[in-house]
Amino acid sequence: MTAESLATFESSLDEVGVECVRATAGGFEEAVAPLLEEPAVGAPLPFEGVSLPDEVNTDPTVADLEAASTGVTAAGYGIADYGSVVIQGGPAGEEPVSLYADEHVAVVAADDVLSDMGAAFDRLAADVRDGAGQSIIATGPSATADMGALVKGAHGPMDVTVVLLEGR
Amino acid sequence: MSAENRRKKAEHIRHLLDTEGDSVRQNTRVFNEGRYESTADLDDYERLKDEARAIKEDAIERLPELIDEVTEAVEANGGTVYLADDAADANRYITEVVDGRTAVKSKSMTSEEIEVNEALEADGADVWETDLAEFVLQIADEAPSHIVAPAIHKSREEIAALFDEVFEPADPPETAEELTRFAREHLGEKIRDADVGMTGANFVTADTGTLALVTSEGNARKCVQATDTHVAVAGVEKVIPSVEDLRPFVELIGRSGTGQDITSYVSLLTPPTDSPTFGEEALGSGDERDFHLVLIDNGRMEMRDDEDLRETLYCIRCSACANSCANFQHVGGHAFGGETYSGGIATGWEAGVHGEESAAEFNDLCTGCSRCVNQCPVKIDIPWINTVVRDRINRGEDGDLDFLVEGLTPDEEPGGVDLQKRLFGNFDALARLGSAFAPVSNWVAGTGPARSVLERTLGVDSRRELPRFERESLVDWFADRGPRVDPDAARERVTLYPDAYTNYVRTERGKAAVRVLEALDVHVDVPAAGESGRAPLSQGMIATARSNAEAVYDALAPAVAAGRDVVVIEPSDLAMFRREYERLLDGDEYEALEGHSYELFEYVYGLLENGAEIDALPDGDGERVAYHSHCQQRTLDLEPYTTAVLDDAGFDVATSDVECCGMAGSFGYKSEYYDLSVDVGETLADQFTTDDTADRTVVASGTSCLEQLDALLTRRPAHPIRLLDARR
Repeated sequence: MTAESLATFESSLDEVGVECVRATAGGFEEAVAPLLEEPAVGAPLPFEGVSLPDEVNTDPTVADLEAASTGVTAAGYGIADYGSVVIQGGPAGEEPVSLYADEHVAVVAADDVLSDMGAAFDRLAADVRDGAGQSIIATGPSATADMGALVKGAHGPMDVTVVLLEGR
Repeated sequence: MSAENRRKKAEHIRHLLDTEGDSVRQNTRVFNEGRYESTADLDDYERLKDEARAIKEDAIERLPELIDEVTEAVEANGGTVYLADDAADANRYITEVVDGRTAVKSKSMTSEEIEVNEALEADGADVWETDLAEFVLQIADEAPSHIVAPAIHKSREEIAALFDEVFEPADPPETAEELTRFAREHLGEKIRDADVGMTGANFVTADTGTLALVTSEGNARKCVQATDTHVAVAGVEKVIPSVEDLRPFVELIGRSGTGQDITSYVSLLTPPTDSPTFGEEALGSGDERDFHLVLIDNGRMEMRDDEDLRETLYCIRCSACANSCANFQHVGGHAFGGETYSGGIATGWEAGVHGEESAAEFNDLCTGCSRCVNQCPVKIDIPWINTVVRDRINRGEDGDLDFLVEGLTPDEEPGGVDLQKRLFGNFDALARLGSAFAPVSNWVAGTGPARSVLERTLGVDSRRELPRFERESLVDWFADRGPRVDPDAARERVTLYPDAYTNYVRTERGKAAVRVLEALDVHVDVPAAGESGRAPLSQGMIATARSNAEAVYDALAPAVAAGRDVVVIEPSDLAMFRREYERLLDGDEYEALEGHSYELFEYVYGLLENGAEIDALPDGDGERVAYHSHCQQRTLDLEPYTTAVLDDAGFDVATSDVECCGMAGSFGYKSEYYDLSVDVGETLADQFTTDDTADRTVVASGTSCLEQLDALLTRRPAHPIRLLDARR
């Protein structure tokens, strides 16, 4: 991570229609609060000193997922050149939470923003060999052009916001 | 092809132009422009393509070993690999796994290839396509018209009408957003209730057993996530060595296909994964997930052993060859496609997996314009695959020689080659005779009865004006006239290659070329050299093309050996020297000729860069010109020389940006393709009849382009060299 990578990451996110919010660990709850539209679901965050607000349901049923407005998960890393986040799905439910809610809020540590696809694949390959069963390189909201015009929000979220966690 | 079959084919194409042409054209153009823009942003585009190509070459070379490796990796992870010999074998296995349960699918062309839905349904299972385009096709009971965007032929209005008719919703969705919401909700229930998730795989890594799925809608993720049995279907060619090898493909595939830098989701799945699955109400543990990777041969291992079809296996199914193809842009995959695949590379796939008959249905729609060549992210020579398969189809057909054509066709081909193809493939012989008997031959050929016979027997469309042969060929004219620049005082000495069209039909551009080169102090020679082989090659007559190529080489070799450059007027012939001769001549011969050959304006540009003065040529004086470069010329990146020289000479140049004029040598003469050819040509004509271009002098480098423009515009077009000729 360099200052340059972060700047590139932010402008790439902007290009793919993703809002980026910067927050410190201490200021996380305050930063994330306005992004939550209830009902909200989430998967526990792995960052020290950072936890999800109480109103976020971290043990959702199928119906909760389908009804969710917001889904909050961590993302393993970001890719500056593309404005992508890598969602690593495990038993805590990152995959369904990031997929079913109307809006996905992805929390990524600034330290984990990688400059380009080459760096990302070095990391992805190492993770796969370490047993990461599922890594989704997600760039912007889900989309389709199959219905006669470009529509944001096909089967997956129609909005994505990235919370960039700084100063860890 | 019989006259009746030609008529039917023409009718089918006309029908598609009327019903699907507009939607296909709009969508493919968005993809095509998007690809140009998105790849231009990539600093290392060429390096990534080379890397992707090298990975595929290596993977296919080591395929049996990689299949063993991926089998071990998947089994070590707890999954199962089934290697299916053919579609029936694959369907039998998948049917057993699904066992009558409900399956939800994401888009997979390989599953279309094996027609697994039909097999599952016959066994009593429900199968739902969840990709929105595939869903539309499933309820409309139609076939894909594009390998990436399968419902590209359907407009929003048609989809709205379809939903209305099938689902009779209380509040019928109309806008693209409403239609998407409606389909999402409908399919959401299917996904929730399904037991089996089926996907394809864009890539499978041998080292770790990881699938890469390139998607945008999120349905593939849901199909895998919500179910506890995952069946992934992939051709064996999808296996690549390692996870790191995915990188160039991930950067190239979205850009090459729909023109997105990257699609919304690239899923790297190393199943079975421990992500929770859907129970009745609560989420269930993912630990009991069941994973089956079905790798399908279905002709691929034979393709691997086939020197000419092997490259097809490098294809990553991005659709760049379809989107960059002028014919495809106008008619779509329902004409330009076989049983499963569509677009330029489909000829290779169809010939390999379904057989030559399926490829024969549409193979002629590739005109060899070569626009797809630089667009392919794995650098497959797609026109060559089309040519080889055409040659094989030619040879596979029985038939007897016809007296009418036999005398005109001193070719190397066996009996049975379609007479129409033989006629166009032997253009040199035809032109030689036409010229010898001109102008009588022109009068006779132009009469009603002659045109009617030509149309009936050979499918030469009578709406096309035939080329008018000149009595005096360029070579004869030059032999009489002789060179006008003293060889000892000349700046350079060159050989001007008299291609068959310039030699017998468009002699004016040849004479202009001689005079322009001489005005720049170049000593010119114009030896008789014969047709380049382009004409037979475009008909799939490779043996004849090779024999022509050898004759041309023999004619030009003395000049090349003496260190002289060869200047070529017709871009399609220069493209032969630069590209196809590599496959037709010995390596040394190819390199010698290729290294000494230049397109006319490329050469003039070089002269001007090296001391020749533009003042020696007529001043353009701001004359407004509309220039259409030639498809193969643009593939070789030679368009800029013409515009630069004309600019330098004081002309005001506007250029077209269509992929091809639609004439493509013989293509536009063929009665079965005349309507398509004109439809494609109209796009070019439109660009030259705008407010800015309607009064410009029209120039074009290719013979075919000139014929097409001549037919579609009221202004008479000419080769750009005529602008620089003092005799103009």
